Order: sequence, then C-alpha cells, then structure tokens
Amino acid sequence: MPKCKHMEKLNATLEQYEQYRKFIIYKDKVLALGNDSLEKTIAIAVSLCLVCAVLVSFAAVALKPLQVGNKADDMKKNILDVAGLLEEGANINKAFSDKIESKIVDLETGEYVENINADEYDQRKAAKDPAQSISIPKDKDIAHIRVKAKYAKVFLVKENGAIKSIILPINGYGLWSTLYGFLSLDADGQTVQSINFYDQQETPGLGGEVVNPKWRALWKGKKVYAESDQPSLEKGLISEADIGEPALSLIKGSVDTTKPGSEYQVDGLAGATLTSTGVTNLVRYWTSNEGFAPYLKKVRTVKEVKS
Amino acid sequence: MSAILNDETKKVLVTPLVNDNPITLQVLGICSALAVTSQMSTSLIMALALTLVTACSSAAISAIRNHIPSSIRIIVQMTIIASMVIVVDQILKAFAYDVSKQLSVFVGLIITNCIVMGRAEGYAMKNPPLESFMDGIGNGLGYSLILVIVAFFREILGSGKLLGIEVFKLVKDGGWYDPNGLMLLPPSAFFIIGLIIWGMRQWKPSQAEKVEYKIMSIAHGEGGHH
Repeated sequence: MPKCKHMEKLNATLEQYEQYRKFIIYKDKVLALGNDSLEKTIAIAVSLCLVCAVLVSFAAVALKPLQVGNKADDMKKNILDVAGLLEEGANINKAFSDKIESKIVDLETGEYVENINADEYDQRKAAKDPAQSISIPKDKDIAHIRVKAKYAKVFLVKENGAIKSIILPINGYGLWSTLYGFLSLDADGQTVQSINFYDQQETPGLGGEVVNPKWRALWKGKKVYAESDQPSLEKGLISEADIGEPALSLIKGSVDTTKPGSEYQVDGLAGATLTSTGVTNLVRYWTSNEGFAPYLKKVRTVKEVKS
Repeated sequence: MSAILNDETKKVLVTPLVNDNPITLQVLGICSALAVTSQMSTSLIMALALTLVTACSSAAISAIRNHIPSSIRIIVQMTIIASMVIVVDQILKAFAYDVSKQLSVFVGLIITNCIVMGRAEGYAMKNPPLESFMDGIGNGLGYSLILVIVAFFREILGSGKLLGIEVFKLVKDGGWYDPNGLMLLPPSAFFIIGLIIWGMRQWKPSQAEKVEYKIMSIAHGEGGHH
C-alpha cells in the first residue's frame, strides 16, 4: 500500500502544479489585455483589494496586543493623574498598584461587591453586555448613554488606611462623541479634587479643551451636592437627611466667586456650548441616584467605609 | 552609491526641499501643517509618517503603473495610500501611543493630503519605482522641513520649550519669558508659513507667480468722459 500513498501524493502535487500553471497562464493573459478592458479592470481591482486587505489586517492583528497594553497603561496614567499622583518618569504600573485600590460597586445599592475580581473587570465592556448592564429609562437618561453597567469600578487612594480620594468613572454624550473620564472626590464624597477625560472626540480647540489642564484646574474645590450646611472632614459626618441634590454645572462665561452658589459652578468652555452641556449632564447623572449617589451616601454617612 | 544616486534620483531628492517645495511653492498640505505644528515632537512624527507614506505609496503605485486601468486610476491610488496610512496609524498606536493620541485624526487625514496624491498622480504614474520612491522621500522631506521650521517658532515662542525641554524660563515659573498664546493656536502657523513663502519668493523671484492680469491704470485723456 505505501506505493499507492506515494502515488496519491504525487497526483495531488501534480494537480496543484496544474492549477498553479493555469493561474500563471490566466495572469499573463490578463496582464496582456488592454488596460481599459473590463476583465482587466475587474481583475486588477479585486487583486489590489485582496493585497491591501491582507496588509491592513496583518498590521492590525499583529500589533493588537501592543495597542491593548498601551490603552491599559494610558487608563492607569489617567487615574493617577486625576488623583494627583502622576509623577513624570515614574513607573506607571508600579505607582498604580502601590497607591490605587480598585473596588467594584453595585450602583443600585451602593455596596461593594466582593465576588468579582476588580483587576479583571472592565466596566465599559460590561456596559455593552446585556447580561451585565441595565438600560436606562429615557426620562432619566440625561447623559444620553442608554445603558450602564450594573457594577461600576471605582478607585480609592488611601493614606495610612484612611481614604484620601474616591475616583469615579463617568461617561456621557457631548457634541460628537461619548466622553469617558474620571471624577475624583475628597473623602467627604462632596468636594471635587479633579476631573479628566481620557477618551473623547470633541472638536479640537473648542470642546476638545475638556482635556486642557488649565480648565481642569478650575474644578478643584467645587462641591457636587447642594447642601446648606457644608460638612467638612473635621466636623465629621453628615446625616442622610441632609444630603442634597446634584448641583454641579458648567455655566456660560466665567464664574463670579463672590456670588453664593459659585461653589457649584465651573466655567463653561468657550465656543463649545453642547460639549459644556454634555459635561454638566454627565456629571449630574453620575452623581445622581442613577449613578453613584447611593454609594457616596454610604461613604458620607458611614464612619469607616468597609474595605 | 553613485549608481543608485544617478542624476534623476538626486534631482527628485533635492529639488523639493527648496526649489520645488510642496508647501511653499505648490502650497499643498497646509491643513495638517496648521494642525500639528504647535509642538516639535508631533511635527517630527507627522513628518516621518507622511514621508514614509508618500515614498512607499509612490513606489507601489509606480510598480504597477503599467497595469492600472485609467478608468479606476484614482481609486487604485487611493486604496494603496489608504492602506499605507492605516498601517502607519496602527504602528503609531502600538509604539508611540501618546503621540498618536495627540495627532488623533491627522494621521488618518494623510490619506487626503494633497502631497501624497499629487506625487502619485504627477510622478509615480510615469516613472520607475526607485525614482518614485526617492521622489516621495524628497517631497516628504520638503514638507518636513517647513513643518519643523514652523513648529520651532511655535513651540519656542508659544511655550518657551523645544521638544518639551525648557529653553526660555516662563514668567509663571519665575523666569522672564511671557509666552505668546497666539503661537499655540492654528492661525499662527498661517502667519509663519506666509512669512516663509514671502521670504522664499524674495530670495528666489522665479518662484513668484506671474500676475495673471494687470489692473489697467486709467490714463489721463483716454476713453474717459470729459
């Protein structure tokens, strides 16, 4: 029987060679055709598209792991930045794992969820998965995001065991794109430390100025909830009844700091009314009962947040 | 070496730098020159990306130039250019993520950069691959030269830095230099490019466009109603 196997192999090779020869003949025939003949036009178009498609897909697939790694690093960098911990030239991965603690929060109850691995959980992916997300009723969807993940991933910065900042992921629609970013609050769950957006496609120079460090610096010290009695860290905790409504917003022009209520106002972006409105809406959405209000309520009323 | 760099190659490599510069003489590729020149680092990466794309796409188009059906000529060129640009964009995203974030859409917009299309249509369709490649490099370098000059002035006057390294100490850091905010905005590139074009045409008057028509001066006593 071995002889037969060899014959089969030989036949197969011959057949392949025959096909190859046919292809060469066809190729020569096509190339010899007039450039403007229909057959050649189609043959050139198809083969060009094939070659280009292979080239592009090869580049995309081969470089994917590096790009994903870069994206993850960039996210960590943004979290460190919003926490005010970003140091030039420092190792981002090390700084992140040393200083930042990731926690999963059930948005509805505001409780920490312990049975999900926080390091592997991807909130943006979860929001797209029907099994892990909740669709938002239209009248409540002020941030225009339609769905949200059931569990959110928050980041805590601790110093000597006490929480120093609470970093909340936020997103919402601006003018052209959904803005993704982080809002960092003091341990009182009320005072803003910083805000940044790591993924947005607003108009460069106008709405794109949401990433401008000068504008972002205006957020420091602003208050999220409208409350007559401002609790401070020294004074201690706030009772649940005193917690106000989300009030932080962007206004047209510059904030007059002498007027009452200016602690709830941030300068709007010049020439970018729709982006400014979008930012107001997304901050209000994520600090409302739909967003992190139940969680922040716990942080603000419970003496020591269990960690 | 001299075999590779024959006269034609030398010509296509050198003339686009000054004598036939794509930006100052042909006034092409202005859009991205305005957008990416607020810093030296983004300009250099953009210049490198455009030079590579122009050279490689010119060479590829030139290699198949005798078989491109004229009815789909432009689409074939665009397909090749677009593929090259996507590959460059992917490479930047993998190896220079921060820069690719700053360049954002402008890498993708190399596809529509008139310099690339212009060289494909104007040179590569009629010349062999090696010369076309060199022509792409030459024109890319011509573009790069202007981009780097513009970025030099914008970065040093706008933020007192070069390649992110402090050159002039800013007032807000206790120094003496008060940065010119206009230099960080795109219109300043218009002014600088305008000044460069004016300078070039003063230096080489042959580059100035001929006046297409003259406004007739009204001569006294002729044709007027008196």
